[in-house]
Amino acid sequence: MQILFKTRYEDDIRFLAKTGEKVRVGLVIAFLLLAPAFLQNYYLAELGLLLVYAIAGIGLMILTGHTGQVSFGHAAFLGIGAYAHSVLLSHGVPFTLSVILTISLCGLVGMALGRSASKMHGFYLAVATLAFLILVETVLGEWSSVTGGHAGFAVPALKVLGVNLGQVWQQYYLDLSFTLLVVWAASNLFRTPLGRSMVAVRDSELSARSLGVNVEWIKIQAFGISAAITGLAGVLLAHHLTYLAPDVFGVLESLKLMLMIVVGGLGSILGAIFGAIFVSVLPVLLSFLKDVLPAAIGQQAGLEPLLFGLIIVGVIVFEPLGIHGRWLKLRYFFETFPYYRKASFVRQKSYLKTERMR
Amino acid sequence: MLPLADVIHLAITGLAQGCAYGLIALGFVLVYKATEVVNFAHGEFMMLGAFAVLAFSEGLGWGFWPAFVAGCLSIAVVGYLIDAQIMRRIIGQSSASIFILTVAFGFIFRSLAGMIWGWNTLSLSTPFDGKISVGSLDIATDRIAIVVATIILCGLLYLFFSRTRFGIAMQASSQNQLAAYYMGIPVKRLVSLTWAIGALIAAAAGALLAPVTQVDTTIGLLGIKALAGAIVGGFGSIPGALLGCLLIGLIEPFADYYFPAIKGVSAYVVMLVVLFVRPEGLVVQTFQKKV
Repeated sequence: MQILFKTRYEDDIRFLAKTGEKVRVGLVIAFLLLAPAFLQNYYLAELGLLLVYAIAGIGLMILTGHTGQVSFGHAAFLGIGAYAHSVLLSHGVPFTLSVILTISLCGLVGMALGRSASKMHGFYLAVATLAFLILVETVLGEWSSVTGGHAGFAVPALKVLGVNLGQVWQQYYLDLSFTLLVVWAASNLFRTPLGRSMVAVRDSELSARSLGVNVEWIKIQAFGISAAITGLAGVLLAHHLTYLAPDVFGVLESLKLMLMIVVGGLGSILGAIFGAIFVSVLPVLLSFLKDVLPAAIGQQAGLEPLLFGLIIVGVIVFEPLGIHGRWLKLRYFFETFPYYRKASFVRQKSYLKTERMR
Repeated sequence: MLPLADVIHLAITGLAQGCAYGLIALGFVLVYKATEVVNFAHGEFMMLGAFAVLAFSEGLGWGFWPAFVAGCLSIAVVGYLIDAQIMRRIIGQSSASIFILTVAFGFIFRSLAGMIWGWNTLSLSTPFDGKISVGSLDIATDRIAIVVATIILCGLLYLFFSRTRFGIAMQASSQNQLAAYYMGIPVKRLVSLTWAIGALIAAAAGALLAPVTQVDTTIGLLGIKALAGAIVGGFGSIPGALLGCLLIGLIEPFADYYFPAIKGVSAYVVMLVVLFVRPEGLVVQTFQKKV
């Protein structure tokens, strides 16, 4: 077990305090940087998609995991980001400007949604965001003069600062650089007063308010930041999909984002990344499982959603902190070996929290 | 302008639809009042109910009414078990995980129903097929049956909650769980029973709606519209939720007629407008906590 001696103020707010963390993060970044050297194009594209979903997951995590505002409508921002970017590109706007405009648009829409959502709480918010998503999907489908309607919209080729990035590895590096940027920015966010206030709002609105936090404004900002990050993911996703259709950004996509952060572990950036890995690996595992199982079970039409559902139920009932919680336990086990006690992580008894009295 | 006959026709369709939403919303509100869990899989109870009644009446050949009772009761058992075995364990967790959990139930139910009864649309014959002609108007009897059934079920529920020991104990435990425990009320069992009642009503709604919607694995999505209706009315109160669902049901056919571009999503538009203007719904039930 490593004991941390803090000799300076900076030690308190360092990103990676322990040597082990530095080594692990370094290894992961090295792996990601070197991946194009040894991965085939197919897997490289999948890895790029995983990074895009990690960005979207971090976007939602800031809102749901750190500020405590449930949103079932985040696929809408993915959709707005993807469509706005593609439409701008097809009108001849350069990539850099288009990304900035798209992110600002998503942030503004998110703040507008947050403005109206800051008065709601709990499931009212969940359902309002769900309705928002359904409306956005309808608008994307019906506004055919701009979005191409249900027929779809072809995304222009990826071209940054005049350089054509048609190759898979070039696109992968673009995804990777944005991912690293977002991870860095998001981790930094939680060292600022804004990020700390977000966590305070999540833990108790009442006590945050009594400590002088402007709860409504914090929620609006959280919505804006979250929507902007998800919009950025939408931009990158558009180049992966190359052809946009409104029903891609539907309720199922939203649920996938939600699943990511719940299974990954609410309330940590790492959890969003774990979640992205989980949802990317799951379909592969399921198709593998289909081959292994006897045909009578394996060829059933509804097997995938069934397993999907069972896994979620299992994770939430047995490991509420998600993969990230499991990872913390594992790390603790090795760090304190052989002194690990199960009781260190026993959940406190929790009671029904009422929302009626606010 | 529409001719009057069409207006009446649309209004009756909407009223019946609103009643069906109301029946589903009843379950939402009951469960919410008991546990503050919003069960996103509640529409799936309705879907399962329709399938169960179909299985009993056509698979086993029991006839509609015995099958109706058996189907609703079996779904009630499912509801009871869901709470007793799973929901009870996760009380106090963050609302995001609870939402996701109930959504996952929806997936599981839909897949199971598809695996057992197939993915095709089936039809259930009820004793309500037919038409009543009033002047030049044709009114389908199955619509009237839904309205009548809603009135009967609401009356029964009202009597249950105001007259029986169980009902009063349920009210007590929903108002203050801890105090109810101290009074010796078996709160856990009552909560599970509330789930059972909610599931039972949803199943009944599914069976009654079967002639209108047919029976397939996607009809559970009506539950989301019922949720919208309940929110319009105010989620904390049963009369409010019913009122909201009737409103949604009545607005929908007219909105679909006048604005075909937003066909099917008018319920959500109404809900968003209400949430922005009056976030607590039309009938307010929450209280501000003062520090």
